[in-house]
Amino acid sequence: MGESMFQGNVHKYGANIDTDQIIPARYLISTDESFLAAHAMEGSTDTEFLNRVQPGDIVVADTNFGCGSSREHAPIALKGAGISCIVAKSFARIFFRNSINRGIPVLECPEAVDATDAGDKLQVDLVAGTITNLTKEQTFQAKPLDQFMLDIIDAGGVVEYTKARLQSQGA
Amino acid sequence: MGMTMVEKILADHSGRKSVRPGDLVNAKVDVVMCNDITAPIAINEFRKLGVKKVFDPSRVMMVMSHYVPAKDIASAEQARTAKVFAEEQGCVFYDAGKGGIEHILLPQEGQVVPGDIEVGADSHTTTVGALGALACGFGSTDAAIAMATGELWFRVPRTIRFIYHGKPASWVRSKDIILYTIGKIGTDHATYACMQFEGEALREFSMDARFTITNMVAEAGGKCGVIPVDDVTLNYVTPRAKRPWKVYDSDSDAQYSETFEWDISNLGPLIAKPFSPDNVVPVDEVVDEKVKIDQVFIGSCTNARLEDLQEAAAVMRGNKVADHVRCIIIPATQEVYKQALHEGLIDVFMEAGATVGAATCGPCLGGYMGVLAEGEKCVSTSNRNFPGRMGHVRSETYLSNPSVAAASAVLGRVAHPGEILSVDPIAAGSV
Ligand code: SF4
Repeated sequence: MGESMFQGNVHKYGANIDTDQIIPARYLISTDESFLAAHAMEGSTDTEFLNRVQPGDIVVADTNFGCGSSREHAPIALKGAGISCIVAKSFARIFFRNSINRGIPVLECPEAVDATDAGDKLQVDLVAGTITNLTKEQTFQAKPLDQFMLDIIDAGGVVEYTKARLQSQGA
Repeated sequence: MGMTMVEKILADHSGRKSVRPGDLVNAKVDVVMCNDITAPIAINEFRKLGVKKVFDPSRVMMVMSHYVPAKDIASAEQARTAKVFAEEQGCVFYDAGKGGIEHILLPQEGQVVPGDIEVGADSHTTTVGALGALACGFGSTDAAIAMATGELWFRVPRTIRFIYHGKPASWVRSKDIILYTIGKIGTDHATYACMQFEGEALREFSMDARFTITNMVAEAGGKCGVIPVDDVTLNYVTPRAKRPWKVYDSDSDAQYSETFEWDISNLGPLIAKPFSPDNVVPVDEVVDEKVKIDQVFIGSCTNARLEDLQEAAAVMRGNKVADHVRCIIIPATQEVYKQALHEGLIDVFMEAGATVGAATCGPCLGGYMGVLAEGEKCVSTSNRNFPGRMGHVRSETYLSNPSVAAASAVLGRVAHPGEILSVDPIAAGSV
């Protein structure tokens, strides 16, 4: 079963962070999580990300996070680097779907993004859909995820979810 | 209430009479495609599902297009993983020398036909929508599920309608129409939406030109793009199709979430400046800035079809690539390459001092050949110019049509093709 409460420090980004910035194409020669994690955000201007990131940390970004290439290596790299969930004003469609499929919570909440600075401590409650900025003592309501998506996250990803469905059909 | 063509495709594939935007449906898919980068993850996830066989080997395609022929041992291993899987499953496999860039190859080979649903583990799968199919980019895990079950869940997208009036002026190509569109609406306006392109300005465009438009749906955030099927589509599809097809039309009372209507007659050629495909300005404006360049790339799934190479050759014929510029030209598929050779286009490029490479993605994604160094500037006919897309984070990419790229190669700076040729040979009908 997936977790539903996350707490961590914030790494904050602007709009249109594309998947080339999250994991540059030159590293798409491997599917290994730790290899990809070692190059997470290397294509961005945040050269300190890998030195700073701690397990459980949270990425907070402006609009259209994860746009560009469909590479699933991007959410794998972030997850491998320790990122527990991602809050943005909006997500690019494929990145959103890839993250849910991999069991990584992605939440849309423009108010929380605006009120949060790099280094703040955030707490995310997936079931209630709330994002609390512990540093600034403010709580925000994120756009709710479909039950279907919560089920996928809860199953630990879409592969586990589909496997269970296939088994129940006797396939 | 009527339905759009994409709503009808989704309704038919999910056994429903009708669907509405926002509905979640489980739809049967016609084609599943992975490339050498996305296949290894998809295969891994496929194995985890515990399914022994893909749903239909003739509908599962592995296209080696990004890092082939292999650039190093790691990428060789990835291509081999795909090959071994294809052999084991009996699915369709295109290696270097037999194929090319996936989104050009599959329509060219008649593997995707109008009315299909294609699930492609690559964001530019949207390209194929120019055929009147629903072609959508996904991650590898979704491709794995589609390979295993022949189905996938879709949220029915809202449809945004784009209607283009008028006639393109000299040097204005389909690339300029889509750059204009993205410049107007931005890189995330069409997120989750279907972009439906119509109007008399498009009707004259060949399939080569139309694919360029649906290709860059990905850069507007779109889920898919479609162009209604007409005689141009059917003349392209008929000699190629490997299967029967079905034409879907949008009803006259279909609902659109938005409609944009533009007259493009007064448009000149455009260029997207670094670092976003929506940073679009007239080429003339950048000509005035005298931007000196280091590389020109004419290729990618956006602009490497025969017509694109003809346009570039028309500008380069009898001219030389500037001394300080590397010009890399990569035909999209083996078939395009052969045809370009027969037409003498490759000769034109070689005489001009360009390097012509085997049919692959090439420098488009900044991981293999033609990677840019820090501070280098490139004019490219591809689709993305985000930071670091073609190499170093502080390299810069300008996106343009093939005529502008060819003129820039010759003059060594961002250039307007009118600076080299007084008459546009395409508009004059002499190419
Ligand atoms: S040419 Fe570029 S955009 Fe097209 S599939 Fe290849 S890497 Fe992707």
